Amino acid sequence: MADEPKSRRAVLADGVRLLGLAATSGVLGALAAKSDARNMVWQIDPDLCTQCGKCATSCVLTPSAVKCVHSYALCGYCQLCFGLFRDKRAGNDLRAENLRCPTDAIRRRFVEDPYYEITIEEALCIGCGICVKGCGLFGNRSLQLQIRHDRCIGCNECSIARDCPSNAIRRVPASRPYLLRQRGGTR
Amino acid sequence: MKRTSLALTGLLAPLLAMGQEQKRQPPPDFTSGYQLPSPTTPVPKEALFAWFDVGVLLLALVLAAYIVLSRRSRAWLLVLTAFSAAYFGFYRLGCVCSVGSVQNVVLAFAEPSYRLSLSVAAFFLLPQLFALFYGRVFCSGVCPLGAIQELVLVKPLRIPDWIAGPLGLVPFLYLGLAVLYASSGAGFVVCRYDPFIALYRLGSSPLMAWLTGMFLAASLFIGRPYCRFLCPYGALLRMASWLASKPARIAPAACISCHLCAKECPYGAILPPSAEGDRAPLHQLRRTLARRLAVAVPLVVCLAVLGWFAGPAMARVHPKVTLARELALSLDRPEAPKTLAVEAHRRLGRSDEEAFREAAAIQRSVRFGGAALGAWAGVVVAAYTVSLALRRRRREYVAEPGTCFACARCFASCPVLPNGDRS
Repeated sequence: MADEPKSRRAVLADGVRLLGLAATSGVLGALAAKSDARNMVWQIDPDLCTQCGKCATSCVLTPSAVKCVHSYALCGYCQLCFGLFRDKRAGNDLRAENLRCPTDAIRRRFVEDPYYEITIEEALCIGCGICVKGCGLFGNRSLQLQIRHDRCIGCNECSIARDCPSNAIRRVPASRPYLLRQRGGTR
Repeated sequence: MKRTSLALTGLLAPLLAMGQEQKRQPPPDFTSGYQLPSPTTPVPKEALFAWFDVGVLLLALVLAAYIVLSRRSRAWLLVLTAFSAAYFGFYRLGCVCSVGSVQNVVLAFAEPSYRLSLSVAAFFLLPQLFALFYGRVFCSGVCPLGAIQELVLVKPLRIPDWIAGPLGLVPFLYLGLAVLYASSGAGFVVCRYDPFIALYRLGSSPLMAWLTGMFLAASLFIGRPYCRFLCPYGALLRMASWLASKPARIAPAACISCHLCAKECPYGAILPPSAEGDRAPLHQLRRTLARRLAVAVPLVVCLAVLGWFAGPAMARVHPKVTLARELALSLDRPEAPKTLAVEAHRRLGRSDEEAFREAAAIQRSVRFGGAALGAWAGVVVAAYTVSLALRRRRREYVAEPGTCFACARCFASCPVLPNGDRS
């Protein structure tokens, strides 16, 4: 009689254990249906970005993993580049007070009359988006903010995405990790 | 000609932009043979690491189970713990971890457009699977959050059961809150307030750095305060560990009830054998159970109603609800400076009605979620009171698998040798 409840308990325990295993495999099956072999990474949608400046300050990295990326195929190669020059300036030369970029990360190179190539020096770029805003004012919006995946550490919750006022940051498949605007279409 | 037209466009652009849709520059046709460069697109290093991380996780889990259950060696476990803190913490910077993966799993069920990475699913499931067999070996030597607390614990103070017991319910409530926020799209609250991320990343916001400091200071004297009193994934592991088929056993042979192991345990996880007169008579037990179950039903209902009314307040952290609030404010007072979110909303030309509708829908769903969270809190508290009434008979000192972190401290304190002799 003394052993009776114990064996019943053992049987019960085995049953509960089996239920637990079944529940786990159930979750496993449901998850398999909901999941994807591809890994996801964070990226900025340039069409939603309003260049609020949060990218420079909200990232857990200093400087931010967000950099300005130049989509050359979209660029108008303007001599008077509004990504480069400020609206109010003393002239059209490259003196610091005439330039938008706070870290002097934009290089200009003469290509042919009257075109100039703009290159972003990523080591200096802090992702503030001031040049992106300028380019968007009058240019082709070829300058775009993107999360650079050689720098991004892949936080489970992107702290910039949390602060982004236009919800422009979303998860994208790691196989196509950039949302750059290209010529003749968005990406 | 081209130059003048460009210069003109440059001069006129502000005027043109005001008058019509933004004027764009046509991409030039180069005659000098200039080759268009293309922007570099570095591949995500994180994605390359993802499967390697799953491999390391599996290996660490197997090693932890082997060291705890077979080698019974605290020294080797400390080596593994240090490795986990170094690799998952300092090297991989703490993301993605199993603790946070709970929210990804919830989001995968709540949000059809979100696809869960299989590597994240593995991070969620593997420790649970191991817990079903071996108890919380993940906590002991693999979890980077647990590892740092284990390593800094120098002088554990014993927390009385009447404090530790109710505080142990907090993880279940935090789990419910994390599920609510992840499923409503408000964000990953567990990641946001991860107390050790500032340490692993050697820098964070002042608030998080302060939190890290507080938790580290507490961890010197209180065994694993985060794991025991906050960790939502720990709540899941605790439930899985109740079913563990081969949890760590303290004495390698017959227990001699010397109490040494219970004194050694910093987590209060070792329960003494039940004394003869300990068990209440059956009729008394039945009465207690009936009383507590009778209280349980109104408790669940009350907390659910409370959650229902707290719903809108809880929804305030959702960015879309915040936007709707700020929009309403800026419509009331157009002269007030606009917030960033309102500015972005205006710039993207989104409709106000749509924003208000979305926010209202979220608030409604969080109302239901809040009610569910309240009911869950009621169930947790009721289950705790009922479990207090139920006393299981124990013949020896046992480590309660749900609260045992498999830290292997007690093994060395046990004077019983594997052949049954005493040392």
